[in-house]
Amino acid sequence: MNISQFTTEASDYAVKVDHLFYLESIISGLVVLLVSGLIIVFFALYYRGSSTPRGEVPERKSHEIEIGWTVATLFSFLFLFWWAASDQLTALAPPKQALEIHVVAKQWMWRFQHPSGAREIDELHVPAHTNVRLAMTSQDVIHDLYLPALRLKQDILPDRYTYEWFNATKTGIFHFTCAEFCGTDHSIMAGSLVIMTPEDYARWTAAQPEGDDLAHQGKALFHSLGCSGCHTPGSSVHAPDLHGVYGHVVHLSDGSTRVADEAYLRDCMLLPDTTRVAGFPPIMPNFTGAVDEGQIFELVAYIKSLSADQDAGAQE
Amino acid sequence: MTDVTLPFAPPLDAGGGSYLDEGHTILSWLTTTDHKRIAILYALSITLFFFIGGVAIGLVRLELISPTGLFLTSDEYNRLFTIHGIIMVWFFLVPSIPATMGNFILPMMIGAPDVAFPRLNLLSWYLYVGGAAFTVYVLLSGGVDTGWTFYPPFSSDYSHSNVIAAAAGVFVVGFSSIATGVNFLATIHMLRCPGMTWFRLPLFAWSMYVVSMVMVLATPVLAMSLLLISAERYFGLPIFDPRAGGDPLLFQHLFWFYSHPAVYIMILPAMGVVSEVFACFARRRVFGYGFMVFSLMTIGVVGFMVWGHHMFVAGQSPLANLVFSFLSFIVAVPSAIKVFNWTATLYRGHIGFEAPMIYALGFLGLFTIGGLTGLFLASVPIDIATTDSYFVVAHFHTIMVGGTVSAFMAGIHYWWPKVTGKLYNEFWAQFAAITMFLGFNVTFLPQFVMGWLGMPRRYHYYPDVFQIWHILSSGGAVILAVAYLMPLVYLTWSLFYGEKSPGNPWHATGLEWQTPSPPPKSNFLRPPRVNAEPYDYHDFGRAEETGDESRARPQGDAS
Repeated sequence: MNISQFTTEASDYAVKVDHLFYLESIISGLVVLLVSGLIIVFFALYYRGSSTPRGEVPERKSHEIEIGWTVATLFSFLFLFWWAASDQLTALAPPKQALEIHVVAKQWMWRFQHPSGAREIDELHVPAHTNVRLAMTSQDVIHDLYLPALRLKQDILPDRYTYEWFNATKTGIFHFTCAEFCGTDHSIMAGSLVIMTPEDYARWTAAQPEGDDLAHQGKALFHSLGCSGCHTPGSSVHAPDLHGVYGHVVHLSDGSTRVADEAYLRDCMLLPDTTRVAGFPPIMPNFTGAVDEGQIFELVAYIKSLSADQDAGAQE
Repeated sequence: MTDVTLPFAPPLDAGGGSYLDEGHTILSWLTTTDHKRIAILYALSITLFFFIGGVAIGLVRLELISPTGLFLTSDEYNRLFTIHGIIMVWFFLVPSIPATMGNFILPMMIGAPDVAFPRLNLLSWYLYVGGAAFTVYVLLSGGVDTGWTFYPPFSSDYSHSNVIAAAAGVFVVGFSSIATGVNFLATIHMLRCPGMTWFRLPLFAWSMYVVSMVMVLATPVLAMSLLLISAERYFGLPIFDPRAGGDPLLFQHLFWFYSHPAVYIMILPAMGVVSEVFACFARRRVFGYGFMVFSLMTIGVVGFMVWGHHMFVAGQSPLANLVFSFLSFIVAVPSAIKVFNWTATLYRGHIGFEAPMIYALGFLGLFTIGGLTGLFLASVPIDIATTDSYFVVAHFHTIMVGGTVSAFMAGIHYWWPKVTGKLYNEFWAQFAAITMFLGFNVTFLPQFVMGWLGMPRRYHYYPDVFQIWHILSSGGAVILAVAYLMPLVYLTWSLFYGEKSPGNPWHATGLEWQTPSPPPKSNFLRPPRVNAEPYDYHDFGRAEETGDESRARPQGDAS
């Protein structure tokens, strides 16, 4: 293994993080030099028994001195905070268009599902110069997907989605690993992040054995699980039409509103009592145990594709 | 305050008995309510637990010499670092300075004959020893593999180890902390001797006051979170389990609401100790006394509002990250002020190189490095890159272990003649102090480097590219072990063969030194009266030209 699998700055964001790190290293170095320099000078001049004249000490001015260095410290810290926060805030906004890869973590392995339907274990292929968004969940305890070359880390929780996104600028094979203690084999819950050119990624995807893309796999599930029996326009059962739901605000029967994102759709399948849309009867069955995390991702991908068709149709 | 009459014993004859002569049987020690003897009970038990925790991490560091391990299974490795974490945090660092020096010195420093509730004080020691011994037994017999942080759902639903038993011991020890905190608060409020106004309190007393407040307010939250984990694990009560509608992040919020202030429980007393030592060995008033007091209080208060910086990648909202990042930068300001003030205290002094001073300087160096790397971690993007890596491990070991242990040793050496009436070997003490500072840096500077390069923490097996840094760090741990063992030898030796100490060997001004060493049972031969500011080593505005030590004016009159 080579250290560059960890240290390469594989995205513009990584470069920014490193710049902040260098800035703080320089400031810290200066402070250490200042304090240790003063201590050495004071020791050299004022060791017990030295004949250096002592004379006046600025006790009377101590307030001015204190206020001076308090304010100076405060402002330099505020400056660092502003720098760090602006890096953080620009990195926050997730891109509108992104290749979405689903990540399921469990003791002690990683499973990835690509929109094309390709799946892989402990290896993640992504295209460079493309926004990639990872939607992640865990089947058991808390894990953390740490991508050192991208300077990214995000905890992965059971029964919840967390996200990280990046736009890699360098191709190559890098390391990724679990960063949240998760039990016996925590330290070997690792894998390879393969960043490829978009063309290579397309070739790689095409060569994968899975025939259908994620949305189509979801569609098949949608029918085999019987969802289509109710959630189809024209069905005799009164259930919400799922076309155009994704990404829009839904009004719930308890009076609250939620944006229909991945987490909401997931809750609809697993916690239907708390997510019922206003005006519909409580007849949605609970699918806990009937579908695994990977299948939920497929169903969500299918429901998302229904909205994509609709948006495309609206533009035409 | 001045109207309270304190129950002082009648003057003793010259050469009369000290607190050590009040009974020589084991029973007399186990039933004592004398704060000085309880402090010694604490010191002995803390030292024992410290060495157990030290052996655990020694094995871990040995194992980590090889990327594929040497002699442990992963389950054993996970248990070892958990033993190390639980023991060092709760059974050593948290009680270290308050329970030993706080117990022994604080009442003497403010001119009191004992703490406010002597029997509660003894009870708190029994709670501590009982709880800690039970947990250590659990850790050594079956073990716990959750790390000291007990994160659910791993700790509640997945770990096959004795989580509840270990948590129960920690829970009990928490009450010892609370009892000590309550006791110190009452002592400082009620038992200051005539003339000891709030702004005449030495900084060590102030640090004890603030730390007691933090202990009393924060520790109950730890008790709650451990109780909830146990309830979930034993009764299946759904609190943190997301499948039952619980929230694992709730535990992290509760846990860090205690455990971040706990860091200040460790470092505030250290700040108090080195303030005393810097003043005494530089023969100078502490620069900016008022600012030192207010910065202690600011740290104590703001320290309650920064727990979220442990959770930047945990799934907390970005807005919360921003706010906690801001507050973390703010809490660093008073710490920086204190570093500048200690440095300025040396200006125009008469600086001695005695062992306590070397330890205190070691504290200053490690605290500065630890504090500055804290700024890195307060910056969200850098924290995302380095959290859960060795960078964080190095950061908190440098500040809360390096800082606290250096100050602990500074205090032990500074007050050793007071407590025992004996002088230790100065050469060996200086040598140990320098060794310890070097040991800390050799152990943890490589950890900063490998953490930034990408080495995650709590890893049994690791990519071989990090091996060189692990070997360096393990080498440093050997140096540290030597530095820890040396005082054990020369301090014990001084008890039997050491030269008898004069009452005030450092010519210090504090009230605790204006009484024989070791002190009589009631601390002072007659009720003390304070008539000056602390640290009266020279006139205001003018440093002493000569290093004449007899110039130091006692803060009060007690003989």
